[in-house]
Amino acid sequence: MADAAQISPIQDFIVSAIFDYTVVVDNYETFLIGIWNTITLVALSLLFGGLLAVPLAVFRAERHPIFSPLIWCYTYLFRGTPLLIQTFLIYYGLGQFEVIRDSFAWPVLREAYWCALIAFSLNSAAYQTEIFRGAIEATPFGEVEAAKASGMSRLTMMRRIILPSAFRRALPAYSNEVIFMLHGSVIASTVTVVDILGAGRTVNAKYYIYLEGFLAAAILYLTLVFLISRGFKLWEKHWHAHLRPRSAASPAE
Amino acid sequence: MRFTKLAQSVISGAVLAGALAIGIGTAQAADLRIGVEGAYPPFSEKTASGELIGFDIDIANALCEKMGVTCELVEQDWDGIIPALQAKKYDAIVASMSITEDRKKVVDFTKKYYNTPAKFAAKDGMFSDDSPAAMAGKRIGVQRGTIHDDFLTSVYKDSEIVRYATQDEVYLDITAGRIDAMLADSLAIDEGFLKTDAGKGYSFFGADHSEVEYFGEGAGIAIRKGEDELREKLNDAIDAIRADGTYDKIQAKYFDFDIYGG
Repeated sequence: MADAAQISPIQDFIVSAIFDYTVVVDNYETFLIGIWNTITLVALSLLFGGLLAVPLAVFRAERHPIFSPLIWCYTYLFRGTPLLIQTFLIYYGLGQFEVIRDSFAWPVLREAYWCALIAFSLNSAAYQTEIFRGAIEATPFGEVEAAKASGMSRLTMMRRIILPSAFRRALPAYSNEVIFMLHGSVIASTVTVVDILGAGRTVNAKYYIYLEGFLAAAILYLTLVFLISRGFKLWEKHWHAHLRPRSAASPAE
Repeated sequence: MRFTKLAQSVISGAVLAGALAIGIGTAQAADLRIGVEGAYPPFSEKTASGELIGFDIDIANALCEKMGVTCELVEQDWDGIIPALQAKKYDAIVASMSITEDRKKVVDFTKKYYNTPAKFAAKDGMFSDDSPAAMAGKRIGVQRGTIHDDFLTSVYKDSEIVRYATQDEVYLDITAGRIDAMLADSLAIDEGFLKTDAGKGYSFFGADHSEVEYFGEGAGIAIRKGEDELREKLNDAIDAIRADGTYDKIQAKYFDFDIYGG
């Protein structure tokens, strides 16, 4: 837009009618903030969600008489309601109560970023719990039997045999969860966080345009998804190396 | 209970959308479609039943009546309100849009239909001065893409500007204490917040802001560029409702003073 005076009206029309990339370039700092916020939000919510999900999944898979139904309720609730509502309830809903505004938790809940992180972590924990539970339950019985036969305690068996083998099985489903979380993270922009979509919206609002900010954001998300799926492919190659057919040329891999 | 109100408007919006979807097959095409916002009380808001009410809504209807055309009001979120006009989702915007040089680059405006200053508001006694120095490091809430956003972004460089999609959300967060102050049209803040239960304990501070450079010459009706015939018809209609007392009658419904400005 700044250079509009230097190019001819026809060029200006074509450029601005299709995609005025200069508004994106001029606002790269906003997009950098957006990329940082999106990546940290997604990474941290997957991390916190995962830390919560592993013990929950174990309790679920073991069919613990008290915890298992409670955990079922939790995952049902968070998988059964839209992430947008969960985020609004935590951000606008909790902020409405004076008790909460006066409590020790307010310095955290006051920040839109933390509210989004809490909502995303709880949501992701619910999905990850079910992913890991399924993977644990699918442990081949032979592995469990062998572990029992060599005298492992239940805890050792869980740590050495069941969980490592479950994580490998869970990996493809887990990569879907990561991409789902990335796409879900745009919800942060509805509670004032400047994530990638938020950056696009800020730029749109600044110039009264619609296409440029959204298109730039879409390209950034596509790039991130590309990197994530490449990363998981490499990870799977590494973790599932024992499942690959051995090639005759290099038997000693 | 601002949250309940938000929830209500979400629900009534969904119901309305459903009703519209069913009605599409039978709806008569209106002569003129007008874009309105629906989340900027008292100018434009929705009742619990999903009906649009407010000063902008009444003005839009009065203008249509004067022009002798049937109108359809189309609700649109603020940050897409100009792009949707360009995309011909409607033909005119009656949504308290200030006439500014930046906007004139992309749309044409009628003459103003009201002009009120912008003002800061915060908790009683929190600020006494609205200079950029006094507000440095503070969080100021504003609706994204408004003249108030432009003004804050350009002038209050040392404050943290928190941008919201609707003015209602700014009110929610100032009561929650997430932002220290807010800037918006003084009338919108007064009628939409300070005079409500949620606004108890909050007040205006600082000067009236009407710097033409940022705030323009008042609120006008935006139309697509080059549609001079429509603009002249709307201008004539504005003159007509000003002259025959319709404007004053509508104004009296919402305000106890003159908002047309000098």
